[in-house]
This record gives sequence, C-alpha cells and structure tokens, in this order.
Amino acid sequence: MTLIALNNLTKKYPGVIANDDITFEVDKGEIHALLGENGAGKSTLVKMIYGLVQPDYGMMRLEGKGFTPSEPRTARLAGIAMVFQHFSLFEALTVAENIALGMENPPSSSILSDRITKVSYKYGLSLDPKRLVGDLSVGERQRVEIIRCLLQDPKLLIMDEPTSVLTPQEVDALFLTLRRLRDEGTSILYISHKLEEIKVLCERATILRRGKVIGTCIPKNETAKSMAEMMVGSKLKSPKKSKANFGAPILEVNNLSLKSSDPFGTALKNISFNLRAGEVMGVAGVAGNGQDELMLALSGEVLSDLNSIKLENKQIGQSNPIQRRLLGLLTAPEERLGHAAAPEMSLAENTLLSGFQRQKLGRRGFLNKPGAIAFAEKIVQQFDVRTPSVRNGAKSLSGGNLQKFVIGREILQNPKVFIVNQPTWGVDAAAAAFIRQALLELAEGGAGVLVISQDLDELMEISDSFMVLSEGQISTPRPAKGITIEAIGLMMGGTKVA
Amino acid sequence: MMRLEPRPDPSNIMIGLTPIFAVIATMIFGGMLFVFLGKNPVDAIRMIFWDPVFGEHAFYYRGQILVKAAPLIMIALGLSFGFRAGIWNIGAEGQFIMGAVIGGATGLALYPLDSFLVFPLMILMGSIGGLLWALIPAYLKIKFNANEILVSLMLVYVAFNFLIGMVTGPLRNPDGFNFPESRSFQDFPSAHNPELWAGTGIHWGVLITLGMVIFAYIAITRHIFGFNVRLAGQAPRAAKFAGVDPNKMIAICLGISGALAGMAGLFELTGPAGKLTTTFPVGYGFTAIIVAFLGRLHPIGILFAGLLLAITYVGGDIIQSQLSLPKASIQVFQGMLLFFLLAVDILVNFKIRIGKGISK
Repeated sequence: MTLIALNNLTKKYPGVIANDDITFEVDKGEIHALLGENGAGKSTLVKMIYGLVQPDYGMMRLEGKGFTPSEPRTARLAGIAMVFQHFSLFEALTVAENIALGMENPPSSSILSDRITKVSYKYGLSLDPKRLVGDLSVGERQRVEIIRCLLQDPKLLIMDEPTSVLTPQEVDALFLTLRRLRDEGTSILYISHKLEEIKVLCERATILRRGKVIGTCIPKNETAKSMAEMMVGSKLKSPKKSKANFGAPILEVNNLSLKSSDPFGTALKNISFNLRAGEVMGVAGVAGNGQDELMLALSGEVLSDLNSIKLENKQIGQSNPIQRRLLGLLTAPEERLGHAAAPEMSLAENTLLSGFQRQKLGRRGFLNKPGAIAFAEKIVQQFDVRTPSVRNGAKSLSGGNLQKFVIGREILQNPKVFIVNQPTWGVDAAAAAFIRQALLELAEGGAGVLVISQDLDELMEISDSFMVLSEGQISTPRPAKGITIEAIGLMMGGTKVA
Repeated sequence: MMRLEPRPDPSNIMIGLTPIFAVIATMIFGGMLFVFLGKNPVDAIRMIFWDPVFGEHAFYYRGQILVKAAPLIMIALGLSFGFRAGIWNIGAEGQFIMGAVIGGATGLALYPLDSFLVFPLMILMGSIGGLLWALIPAYLKIKFNANEILVSLMLVYVAFNFLIGMVTGPLRNPDGFNFPESRSFQDFPSAHNPELWAGTGIHWGVLITLGMVIFAYIAITRHIFGFNVRLAGQAPRAAKFAGVDPNKMIAICLGISGALAGMAGLFELTGPAGKLTTTFPVGYGFTAIIVAFLGRLHPIGILFAGLLLAITYVGGDIIQSQLSLPKASIQVFQGMLLFFLLAVDILVNFKIRIGKGISK
C-alpha cells in the first residue's frame, strides 16, 4: 500500500533542472533507498517532501490525499520527519533540552524525559535524557536527532547519509532500529551512497541521475557495482593494485603530541609511525578523533617539535608548509572549498596555492600567469576536470571535479610523500574510482601515500597497511591483507560503542 | 518579512558600476538634504561637483583638489591591502598625526641646518612614526588577539593628545609668542615641501602618491604578496594551506598602512599645512576609509575615488562660503556616499525577498 506518491515533480533553478519529472512512490512499512551521485537531485527532492522547497510543477499524494507542504512545520504535522546529515544540536544543553527546543509545545521536562526514555528503550537507542550533548559521541548525537523525530510518530522518516559518521557497530545498531520501525509500519526514505548498506537494508531503491528517475531496482538482486553503474550511467572499472614493493621509510613520525587549537578539537597523543616509499597507508577512524589535527601537523600548518616529524631523515617539525613542499611533502586537505582551494579565485590562480614555489610559477615573487594557466590546463587535461576554462572560479566546479583538480595539482608536482584527508568525500563514483587509481599509481611510482579516510571500503580497496586514529591516539600499523571490517570497527569504536 | 538572498551569479558589470550608482543616489538624497536646509539643490550639487573642476574659479580649485586628493589616495592605498586581507585599520588618522609629529620633530631638531638630506630624512622618520604607531594594534592582535578596529581607533585619540602635548610643549615655536604652534616649515627651506609648479597644487607628496598608485597596482595584481593578501581575505584557511603566516600578514598590512599614513602626514605638514597646530588633523585618515571602499580597494579605483572625494571637499568649502551651509552638511553628504556604496553593493550581491519564499 502506497504511503506517499510523487507525480511528475519538477524543480528548476537558474541554469539547471534539479528535478525533472520525478515520479515514484514509497510503500507503507518500506525502507526505500534514494540513490544518485552528488548533484543528481536527491537533496532537492527530499527538501520538497519536507516542505523546505516548493516544486514548480507536479504533485504529491500522502495516503491518497494531495500534499503540498509550504514549510517544514506543515510537513511535520502531516507525519514527515527528517534526520539531516549535519546535526543541529546545542552542545551546552542536555538531550531533553535539545529535544524540547525543536517542539511546538514542549511538555514539562519530567514528562518529556519520561517519553524520551520510553522511546529510546523501545527502539534500542540507549540514551540518557539528562546528559549534556557535548559529552555524547557522534553516534549518540544522531540518536538524539532520531528520537526527536520519533517523538512525532512519523509516517515517513527521511534520513540523509546517516551512516557517514558511524562506526560499523553503530551502523548495525542503527539498522536494527530502522528495521523495528519498518516492522511497525513506518516508512523510511534512506539516502546514501554506500551501496553495500543499501543492499542489506533496503527493499527497493530509486535511482536518480541528473535530476531524472533512471529506474527502480531491488537492491538484493543487484551488486554494488551494477547499482553504481546505474547511478553513473557508464561502466566502472575498479582500481588495480600491483604487487607491493616498499622502499625505505620516507616519512617518520615520532611521539607527535599536540594540543588542538580548537576548543572542541582533539589533542594528538604520542603518534608514531613510519611510511615507506611505495606504500599506501590508510588511517581509519570516526570523524573528530584527531584527523584534522593530524593533517595540519603533517602539512606544516601547525608546527610541532622539531624531531617529531622526519622526511627522508630531515627534521621538519618546525618547517612551514612552503618548506615542506619544497622538500617533497605535499598535502590535500579534506575541505575542498576554502582550505584546499580559494572559492572565488580561478583554477589558474588556485595552482599558486601549492605550486608557486615548487612549480616555479613566479620569479622573484612576481607571478608567472601564463605558467599558472599552463599548469592548470595540464591538471584539467590529465585529471579529466570538467570545466569550460581554467579561468572559471573554483566554486563553479562540482565537488568531484574540484577534488580531481586538487588531487591532480599535488600529484603532478611529483610528491615524495602525499598526504590526503578524505580523498573521495562527497565525490561521485566515477571520480572516486579515478582518484583512487591516481593514488595507487603515485605509490607505484615510489611515493609514500597516507590516506586519512572514514570510508572503510575505500581504505580496504587501496591501502597496503592500516592504522586507526581514536581519541588522538594511533594504533600500530597492520598489513591490510587479511584484516576484516569488523576488526577495524572494533579498533575504531574503542569504548564508545554502546 | 523581508530577507536577503544571495544572487547565485552577481553581474560583473553591475559590480563595476556600483560607485556610479552610489554617486547618483548621493546626489539625489543629498539634494533633498539641501532642500530641507532651504537651498536650491541643483545649485548646491553643481557647486560641489562641477564648479571645482570646470567652474569660473576652477584654476584655483583644481590645485586644491590635488592637494586634498593626494593624502586621501596615499592613505587609502595603504589601507586597501589590510582591508583586502580582512585586517581593519581604522586608525589611519592617528598614524597620520604620528607621522607628522615624528617627521616634523626630526626636521625641527635639525633647524636651521641647510642640507638636501633633511627632507628625505623627515619623510623616512614620518613613515617610521606611522609604522610604529600601527604596529601597536598589530602586536596586541597577534599577542592577545585584541580587536585591531578598537585598538587602532582608540590610538587616534592618544595620538591627537600627544600632538597637543608636543605643540604646547617641546615643539612650540620659541619665537612664536607662546601660541600652541610649531615653527613654520616655510621658514625652513631644507624641510619645506613646496608647490613645485606655481598654481598646480603639485608638491612632492602628489608625485609620490602617483608613484605609489602604480606600485600598489603592480603589487596587488602581479606579485605573490598581493596574491597572498587577496587569498588571506577570501579564504584564510586556504592561505594557511599555501603557507601564508597570518601573524606576519597582520604585521605587514598594518605596517604598510601605518607607514603610508605617516608619510602622508609628513607631506601635509611640510606643505599645505605648514606647521604643527592643534587643528592639524582634518580627518583625512577617516575619509580615506571611504576612498578605499569607493575605489573598490583597487589602486586605480582609489585614484579616482580620492579625486572625487577631494572634489566634494573643495565643493563643500564652496557651498559653505557661498550658500552659508554648515560644515556638517557636507560631512553628511560624504557619509551618504559610503552609505549608498554599501547599500548598492548589497543589492548587487543579494536580492530582496518579501514574504515567505524558498530558502536554500
């Protein structure tokens, strides 16, 4: 029986059709996946259902009745709830206070706490209403958001990339909750790009590509690869690893300890490891366990003890990013816009960020603009960056294209050591495969590559060895061969897994 | 309810035209102001914008325009680097005063030495005076993260009182019948900054200002320093990634603006002003902020904006004397210019939505 039916929904923005004639339905008591690359129109679509955006054309029916929410409040009253990818919680307030803030007429705090405890018990979401949100793990914070939704008794729960911040064990717990909800008749619209998860969780999947519905499939009968190919619209080739052949340690980190400059950041504690030439080393871990701090310490944006970092036996702990680049240590930070690239500047100007000294894109401080344009064009060509021209601003590129540009900018400078944080975060499947292949080829050429990522599948695919970063501490590296996702998950979660 | 929504793709032509729209809006609303003051608005606007350049007595006013434009442009050029990098030096007026006092004191200490080195030395010391004064907020910001807007602004009043202390104390003209004034630099040829060609208003400061425009243009468009300044302003984290030290950037940007303001103060003192008095500061350091923004923080734009503001200064003098309007009215007029510039800027980059519309 159909819960919500979307008919011919269309939404246009200047220059782009975000949703083009979308028609599909979600049944009662069904977990329905919404699949698609970045920019395929998933967000716009769920925003229309949640009343944040109004369609230009088309209609929705909820339980057979016309449904045109003009704002989220109307959608909530009709029984639609949504858990966003980014939480909106106040760290200084308790769980119950946070939940009360989102309610129209919050009951007294004791009644509310009671209800929270009941709901959390019923769905296996253990949570103490009196705890401060600032003390909760990311997985527990997500539970707050979910309980906030469940208190409304929703008919349809929309979840946007819910597992991107969870450990494998937390993911399992979440799936149990979702299945219980489904069995009680709640429908779930589940957005994710993790295809393996969709295979085990969802009954049906609707696939979007460039704003259009490409088709509906039964994930159980598909492979992750076949679904990815439907999303992308072309055949994918998986990156190929050649036989490992490591050289001498090229990057040595010894007892690196650093306080974080961010009050909610994580301090690094006694981090030691060696990265060998030709090796791809993966650093797994849940976000917020010191990834950003480790990245900044290695890139030189934050300085550390002189001998805590050695590159080819040179002590570089006190060297700034420019000096490290000249010695051959290049980096690509997680945040593309605003950190790895300046949004308002053109691609040609963006080559100067890391290439000015190492690529000699200037003389005596004067910019060599033709040189920068030529270098940018080389990146665009060799890394298949889709842009009308290298004079276009970095912010005009899609996430995947800009990431290819950023990775290409560093790789084409022949790094000896390349450190990258979340190389394929928010990047479409085709671009992700391309980037992983480029990282493997770089290591094959003799460079040491350190990949910090929260995507375990990605790390399993490309790493030779494996470490886990947890609460600012790093585990001993292990060869990636023979390690299981469950084992990594236990290393990642530490004590935080409930 | 009214909300501002960013335009996805603001038009470059419109961005370039905003100063012109702002000037037109200022003329309209300034004209209304003059109507309320009981004057003919067309006459007043003509006297402000037309008479100084093309009017009957323009031969005299044109020189005055250059004399007033030069310090505005020089200070605004210095400020523009910091403003681009997100470092807000609001205290150029204080650095202007300190440049004049330190450079002037250097000259007065050497009186009546006859050497061609006196004037260059004074320029140097004036720049250093402004530089050091601007490095106080820089140091406090780097060391204690003190807000440079407040510190630099408060130091204006410190500098002003320092000036009063000096002209009533150590720098008072010994032959000046106890007036709170320094010796006149017109009576000290080695330290004088004369009008180089009679009637043109051009003095050394005007020529050096023109040189600075070219220099700043090259620095901001062709040199890695200008690139880093723009980068630090647009994307501070990307600047750190590129290896730009934010503390160095603070010190350099405040230092440059202080040095240029100090140099402008010295030229003003030794030329048009002639001597240190308690009325020496006339607000160039504050008006230069308007000039910097009106010129879109671009050296060529600042050149034109400085000339425009100088015209309104001279025009303001004309309406004061001929229409007997209060001095405050022309200050309101100049304030409108900045106000409308910022307002038009917002309308170019955002659109106004009324009622409940879509949000992003």
